[in-house]
Amino acid sequence: MTEPSVSHPGKHEAAPLADPIGFQPAAAETAVAQGLELKARSQWSYARTRFLRHRLAVASLVLLIIIFGVGIFANYIAPYSYFAIDLNHLLESPSIASKHYFGTDGLGSDEFSRVIYGIRTSLEVGVFVAFISSILGLVIGAIAGYFRGWLDNLLMRITDLVLTLPALAILLVFSALWGAGNQWRVSVILALFFWTGLARVVRGVFLSLREKEFVEAAKACGAGDARIMFRHILPNTLGPVVVNGTLAVATAILTEAALSFLGFGIKPPTPSLGSLVANGETYPQAWWLTVFPGLTIVIIVLCINFVGDGLRDALDPTQRRVRA
Amino acid sequence: MLVYITRRILYSIPVLIATTFITFWAVVKAGNPIYQLEINPRVDRHTIHLLIVKDHLNRSVPVQYWYWIKNVFTHHFGYYLIGDQPIWPDITRTLGHTLQVVGLSLVIAFVLGVAIGIYSAVRQYSVFDYFFTTFSFLGFAMPTFWLALLLQIAFTDIYLHWGTRIFYTSGLNNAGQGGAWTLDRLQHIALPVVTLTIISLAVYSRYMRASMLDVLNTDYVRTARAKGLTERRVIMGHVFRNALIPMATVLALDIGAIFGGAIITESIFQIDGIGQWFLRELSVPDVYGVMAYLLITATMIIVFNLLADIAYGFLDPRIRLD
Amino acid sequence: MPEPLLSIHDLGVEFKTEDGVVHAVDGVSYDLFPGEILGIVGESGSGKSVSTLALLGLIPQPPGRIVSGTAEFQGSDLLRLKKRELRRVRGNEVAMIFQDPMTSLNPVLTIGHQLGEAIRTHHPDEKKDKVKARVIDLLRLVGVPNPEARYDQYPHEFSGGMRQRAMIAMSISNSPSLLIADEPTTALDVTIQAQVLDVMKRVQAETHAATILITHDLGIVAEMCDRVLVMYAGHIVESGDVETIFRSPRHPYTIGLMNSLPKLTGDEEWLEPIAGAPPSLIDLPSGCPFHPRCFLARERCREEVPPLREIDASGHLSACHFAEELIGRKSKFSEAVA
Repeated sequence: MTEPSVSHPGKHEAAPLADPIGFQPAAAETAVAQGLELKARSQWSYARTRFLRHRLAVASLVLLIIIFGVGIFANYIAPYSYFAIDLNHLLESPSIASKHYFGTDGLGSDEFSRVIYGIRTSLEVGVFVAFISSILGLVIGAIAGYFRGWLDNLLMRITDLVLTLPALAILLVFSALWGAGNQWRVSVILALFFWTGLARVVRGVFLSLREKEFVEAAKACGAGDARIMFRHILPNTLGPVVVNGTLAVATAILTEAALSFLGFGIKPPTPSLGSLVANGETYPQAWWLTVFPGLTIVIIVLCINFVGDGLRDALDPTQRRVRA
Repeated sequence: MLVYITRRILYSIPVLIATTFITFWAVVKAGNPIYQLEINPRVDRHTIHLLIVKDHLNRSVPVQYWYWIKNVFTHHFGYYLIGDQPIWPDITRTLGHTLQVVGLSLVIAFVLGVAIGIYSAVRQYSVFDYFFTTFSFLGFAMPTFWLALLLQIAFTDIYLHWGTRIFYTSGLNNAGQGGAWTLDRLQHIALPVVTLTIISLAVYSRYMRASMLDVLNTDYVRTARAKGLTERRVIMGHVFRNALIPMATVLALDIGAIFGGAIITESIFQIDGIGQWFLRELSVPDVYGVMAYLLITATMIIVFNLLADIAYGFLDPRIRLD
Repeated sequence: MPEPLLSIHDLGVEFKTEDGVVHAVDGVSYDLFPGEILGIVGESGSGKSVSTLALLGLIPQPPGRIVSGTAEFQGSDLLRLKKRELRRVRGNEVAMIFQDPMTSLNPVLTIGHQLGEAIRTHHPDEKKDKVKARVIDLLRLVGVPNPEARYDQYPHEFSGGMRQRAMIAMSISNSPSLLIADEPTTALDVTIQAQVLDVMKRVQAETHAATILITHDLGIVAEMCDRVLVMYAGHIVESGDVETIFRSPRHPYTIGLMNSLPKLTGDEEWLEPIAGAPPSLIDLPSGCPFHPRCFLARERCREEVPPLREIDASGHLSACHFAEELIGRKSKFSEAVA
């Protein structure tokens, strides 16, 4: 918020005329008279206000916290273990009375508990992949955008290459050969594929900002490259990084589910919502085995997308203004 | 124009080489063909020796890659690692089926997506707009495999309850029926096409709507109105043409996802397409089969991108393709 | 006194935004006479553009809203015309030139097509080659070199000045009786500015169209206009013929505007900005909108909105309670004007 300009001291041609009530405009009174707030507000509080205006994003965030909370505390919340077998209750449809809210599967395992453990895995995969790929994308994009030259060229050729690949096929190949059904290996593979998207965006920000005057000013004050990158340009990338990172969680969860569904991603005994749906494929009459795990994925991804949208509106400094 | 195309094609070659080499290296290292052969009960020691010599399995990776590339061109992708079957017939058979499904979905999704995008933007905040906005958000969040399964379950249920088959839930044709464009075939590929169309439609309609809204707010649209044009002329003559330009990029970026979707739908609906073939090769794993699939799809994606860029050049006179 | 071509009375426009209601235009009234060039001068946010966009119905109706006023033009109220009738007026009797010629022309259509479209919309039965010939004539009139070749070119192949000339050509293609030019030279270099203003002068001399010239540049007003309106925070604060206003401005804001301009002759050590900052259009000050920054301000200014009233017989109006106190005061440019 800029302070109202104070008139220049010195020659002031129009001296105040005879003034019966001593009404002289001063900076603070001027501001108050115009109804402006003088208190300085940080950028983050503006962003937070804008975000809270999106009721859908806020509601989704609340729902997400609940769902992920359930996942984190899976051990305490899930009534049954992931592997508990009960041959007396095979393929039962969901009912509240029997405490099998989502029904049971072909081995009598409680689907509700399995879905909860699946949520935990999805959460772990999503956050891990988003976090690692964001850091990778940020660092690589920053280096490419700031230093340019052959390094930038090389890095951009690599990201272009990744763009032309059939994504699912490549991920399937690496996941099948190196994933070994292990949750963390699969996460690493996903992270190594996803960083390219953010790297492009970050690179764009660095490319445009490094030419701006405030960078020249900083250089004139003797700031080194690292300092310029960190203190001056980097904060401008945090908006896209946060938005992209949030949406990456959703993409990671969806992709891992697809890999696991096809049998090449996370394999039992590690729980996965994708393999739960695959299990449902083998019992098409037991619709609850397909519907509930899939529905969980949809709700999680939907909420993340809403939150991501809200964040994008909140953190994007270029809002549409009404032209006077 | 011709110069541009040639240049792009020439540029794509090192990209393809790099891509295939890296994946070949990864597949060979992790797939370990020699090990696969040794643990396979159907292959005896003598055959293993022959194969090692024939396919140069004990040489370094670049050498193996070189022989593989030679095979691709001289022997139509060569032979499977295990067994003596040539790869090419499987490719020709399956690729056509996949392209039929994917092609249909793309065309339908694009036409519908553009239309819905236009109408949503022009009638912003209407019931139509809210409905399709919701639809798009759901489409973004829905896993392809889940949608496919739900459709499969639904239509299986319809058959079980009412005895009629509207759409088939598996296979390409009923026994004895052939032909690519028969009613029987269309009934069989309807569900995979619907699945892929819905997923793509969510994306295309959303982007077209956003593009339309961007253009609707430009100064030149205001100028068009100030000239006295009817709203219809403004939309169709000025807004639509400009809004369509970014869609070329959207299509190009989506093609990779469509092939991924094809893998999933072919698996669920038992369509004899190249995606399902790929999954089978991957589960062996057969090095040459997997690599053939990757090379073919990567090439198709590059060609598709090139077509999109050419379309871009036609749509936007500011872009000079040279 | 001839009949006014355009008669605006109490025009008010508001915009609903997330932060509140923006009062962009409030109580604007003025007459425009045939053949004259009327300047509207003011800062960004003064409402000068919005007030003219409203005439052609080019304000997006949500979030904008015309809350009051009439605009008499050739027997009908522009603000109450039905869509179809309004379309007949646009680009025909009333034409508009916009500020940024790069963004105001469709990048994917040729100049020839866009100019031809302006003609064909209102003369749908004209033959194609006649329309093309007319377009080429118009381009020649505004000084675009080699118009036959330029006809098939795209906007990005024109320079900024040429694009604006093309826009001017487009606006006069149907011989409008009223031309509105919204900051036509703001986006151009100073030297090109002079050329474009020249073109406008020539066009005006040929077509005798009444012109509303919106600008924030007093220099352009001095060079081009017969009369001028000064706007601030959505209100007209002063109006009159250009000579009078420059010789003896009778509103503190106008005086402030002129004083803040550097003078080429004479000695000046400091530039003199107007104290304070432009007001928020959502939270306008009570009474006179200028009072928080005004050196004449009194209690009355805070309580009562000053009406636009006659200061002297020559049609010089000022919206200041204490305009009389400014009589006898010489402006910076008094000598230049006299």
